[in-house]
Amino acid sequence: MEIPFTTLPRRDTGLYNAKLGIWLFLASEVMLFGALFSSYILLRVGAMPGAWPHGILNVPVGTVNTLVLICSSVTVVLGWAALKANDFAKYRKIQLVTIACAGMFVCIKSYEYYDKFTHYEVVMKDGRVIDGHLVAKEGGGGVVDGRRQPPEFIVLHGVEFAAELKAAGMAKVPLIERLEKQSGHHLEHKEFRIPWAETKRVQNYGPWHNTYLAIYFTLTGLHALHVIGGALVIGWIWGPGAAMWKTDPERYTNRVEVSGLFWHFVDLVWIFLFPILYLL
Amino acid sequence: MSSNKAHSSHDHHQKGIKIYILVFLALIVGTIITVLAWKIHLPTIFLTVLVALVIASVKASLVAGWFMHLASEQRMIYAILGFTAFFFLGMMFLTVWAMSDVPKPIFP
Amino acid sequence: MSLHAPEHKHSEHAHGHGEGDPHHHDPGFWRGYVFSTDHKVIGIQYGVSSLLFLLFGFGLMLAMRWQIAYPGKPIPIIGGFLEAALGPVAAGGVMTPDLYNAFGAMHGTIMVFLGVVPLGFAAFGNYLVPLQIGAPDMAFPRINMASFWSFLLGGVIMLVSFFIPGGAAQGGWTSYSPLATMIPTNGQTWWIIAMVLIITSSLLGSVNFIATVIQLRAPGMTWMRMPFFTWAQFVTAFILLLAFPPLEAAAVMQLADKVLHTSFYLPTGLMAGGNLVDISGGGSPLLWQHLFWFLAHPEVYVLILPAMGIVSEIIANNSRKPVFGYRSLVYSALAVGFISFIVWAHHMYLTGMGTKISTFFQTTTMIISIPSVIILTCLFLSLWGGSIRFNTAMLFSLAFLPMFGIGGLTGLPLGFNFSDIHLHDSYYVIAHFHYVVAPGSIFALFAGVYHWYPKMTGRRMNELLGKLHFGTSFVFMNLLFFPMFVQGIAGMSRRMSDGGASYMVTEATADVIGRLSKAIIDANIGISTAAFLLGLAQVPFIINFFYSIFAGEKVNSDNPWEATTLEWQTPTPPPHGNFATAIKVYRGPYDYSLPGAARDFVPQNEPVRS
Repeated sequence: MEIPFTTLPRRDTGLYNAKLGIWLFLASEVMLFGALFSSYILLRVGAMPGAWPHGILNVPVGTVNTLVLICSSVTVVLGWAALKANDFAKYRKIQLVTIACAGMFVCIKSYEYYDKFTHYEVVMKDGRVIDGHLVAKEGGGGVVDGRRQPPEFIVLHGVEFAAELKAAGMAKVPLIERLEKQSGHHLEHKEFRIPWAETKRVQNYGPWHNTYLAIYFTLTGLHALHVIGGALVIGWIWGPGAAMWKTDPERYTNRVEVSGLFWHFVDLVWIFLFPILYLL
Repeated sequence: MSSNKAHSSHDHHQKGIKIYILVFLALIVGTIITVLAWKIHLPTIFLTVLVALVIASVKASLVAGWFMHLASEQRMIYAILGFTAFFFLGMMFLTVWAMSDVPKPIFP
Repeated sequence: MSLHAPEHKHSEHAHGHGEGDPHHHDPGFWRGYVFSTDHKVIGIQYGVSSLLFLLFGFGLMLAMRWQIAYPGKPIPIIGGFLEAALGPVAAGGVMTPDLYNAFGAMHGTIMVFLGVVPLGFAAFGNYLVPLQIGAPDMAFPRINMASFWSFLLGGVIMLVSFFIPGGAAQGGWTSYSPLATMIPTNGQTWWIIAMVLIITSSLLGSVNFIATVIQLRAPGMTWMRMPFFTWAQFVTAFILLLAFPPLEAAAVMQLADKVLHTSFYLPTGLMAGGNLVDISGGGSPLLWQHLFWFLAHPEVYVLILPAMGIVSEIIANNSRKPVFGYRSLVYSALAVGFISFIVWAHHMYLTGMGTKISTFFQTTTMIISIPSVIILTCLFLSLWGGSIRFNTAMLFSLAFLPMFGIGGLTGLPLGFNFSDIHLHDSYYVIAHFHYVVAPGSIFALFAGVYHWYPKMTGRRMNELLGKLHFGTSFVFMNLLFFPMFVQGIAGMSRRMSDGGASYMVTEATADVIGRLSKAIIDANIGISTAAFLLGLAQVPFIINFFYSIFAGEKVNSDNPWEATTLEWQTPTPPPHGNFATAIKVYRGPYDYSLPGAARDFVPQNEPVRS
């Protein structure tokens, strides 16, 4: 038994099965990301005045990542075009760039995640707030009664300010910039060696830190999973799956096209993610 | 180009590649404009959002239209995506409307 | 030119029973019956597992009904077992409020997501849609298999969650945040993970259904020649494809709230147990409700459309008439699918929405009742002047019509926001949607089992046991659900583990307005009795189902009901690859009692003689 139209298009629809399948799947993906975009809008519009943070992310890094993804998108379509022109060797070369770009995107994204997870906000018992990147944790540690013990000191490189300043709302301006405006003097970046006993709350910039970071990690995390999944599929077709080029070149080209459609969609999602998360 | 197809198909192919490269360049330019627009701090939030979303939409249309070949696709695909767009917009618009249409408290 | 691949040759009519396509090697037990990619095997796998889930979900409700009727008394028969299996939440065989909440949440989840939807859509759809359109299989057989195993894994996780410390999810099948997030057990986390698997399964399934219907229709099977059942499945697949992803997104965010301590649905200043919760805040509880109901209202039509499809096939076949207004049925189903996406917030009138948006959703809700009524009316009119065969399948289908009618019409007061203020979250709501789903959808699904059983097994189910099953089920269903309308109008709330006893009027509270009278509370006992008897009424069905596999009356033809649609034009049971010869379609789906024809039915693949 053979399923019809796995390779050749059906006459009245002009489509082969997998192409229809991937478009249907992408339709559901539109709804998936659409729901998350709606959530972003609602959370942002519903936030207390001034509570929505700005300028947390590194725009140059994000821009580079955008360009990396755009490159990978054009190479996917060029690779497919090369296959269409029967040039398998050229496809192999071009598609290698796609896979490399995918890897680079994931690496840059991991660096950004790492940067957030080592970025701490420490609220002191006396009301001061110290915001900066982790340099070291000293002393303490270990496990007592099945619970991880905190370190004696936490060393951060960053700035210090009074808690009231942070609470006062002035949206659209990055935190440090706005603090400097409010306090009227330049905030000095330096190293702080903070005794754990004097802290009230130590929290890094993970998804639990505020709703903006929550939706940031959810959207980009889900997107990164799509990148990884797409890269694995494209890589499989490029590598071990390439044997099909000899037995059934038409079907192989279809596979490249279908995986490419998915990849373009991933790129398309990022085109919206970049401005709404990094810039607005 | 080691194409063994007929000459006309070869021309067609070359034209396709040219379009892909043009779209690619447009995407890069779009990205740069987005970042520049953000750098100069437009006067109102509305304008900032508008500029960013308009550029993003143009970039997305380029990707969808030419990389994904939606500019010349089968009717069935248009039908499916038409439904999807309808439901997507319904979800966006109606939730935002519902969240914004909240009665004001009678007592202050 | 045949649209099928030309190398796809068939041998002579493989009219044996279960011989399979001789071009294929015997796939062996594991590939043939367990990890099969054949849509019929997958359909039966879905069918059997969802019937078991239905039985289990019904059992949960029986235990709850005991607690409602006799609050605080040990549950008979299974009480000791519950205590042994679940520990202190069932101490002494008595159902605690926590256990009641867990059973309630799981009853809803299991019945909807693991019972009725997989049975109506995945089981019947998988088995019948490729047969009805003349396709050799689904468009993506391996994805089809993945869909089933993802579903089963989700179901198993759902069941296992009863036994984790703290027990299963207790936040109701709607899992409203912050309640569902703040309950300090892991049941909700398991619920979400299971739901993500189930959602994945239905996404894979719906992509497959749509692609199959669009791509694999046999030559001549134009859109307007498709049986209404296939149309209903097609629309259902679209609803699942586009409505489920928002719930998946919502579930991911609730999982983050639960595991990563984010605040998507948790507002600033949230208190739990008298203490401020240590969260960043800033989230919105209404966001969950919007995303949940964006799925869950279309889901109602996922529950009902396949049932309508089944009923229309059975009514046409047993009244020996074409269905009345085939095109109206099709367009109405499409309209239902469309409008079902823009009515969801009628579940949320009491969340403080403004009047404009309430009016909008009230209007769309009223509009969607129009196509539903058209479908029901067409099915009623199909009976007019027919020479009706009253077999079990037909009886269930006939009962579906008024039962769904009651369910649908009682929904109107809930769709109006002013009457909903009184009825919201009362037993009236329970009665309303159970009339739609239990004597509605489930009756139709029973009808489908009786009707297509001969095609699946080559034997008929026993008619006497079937009629016994129908008669008793019909009576007890109504005794079970109808009094709930009265209870709800009297003001009895849902989700009370003592069945409202603590709100009963006493001498001390005789002049308090809104207390429930003793008669309303005592009705609980009658309702619960009907529920237990309804449970007994399923025994003939269970016996019949298994007995008939081995000892049912053998069918003497491939088309025992003398039906027109393509699934009856295959060998019985259909072999791998379905059709013995390449099939071609010449006519519409319901050519019954054609004037001048030799027989009172003309199959779709019979050429038109000019």
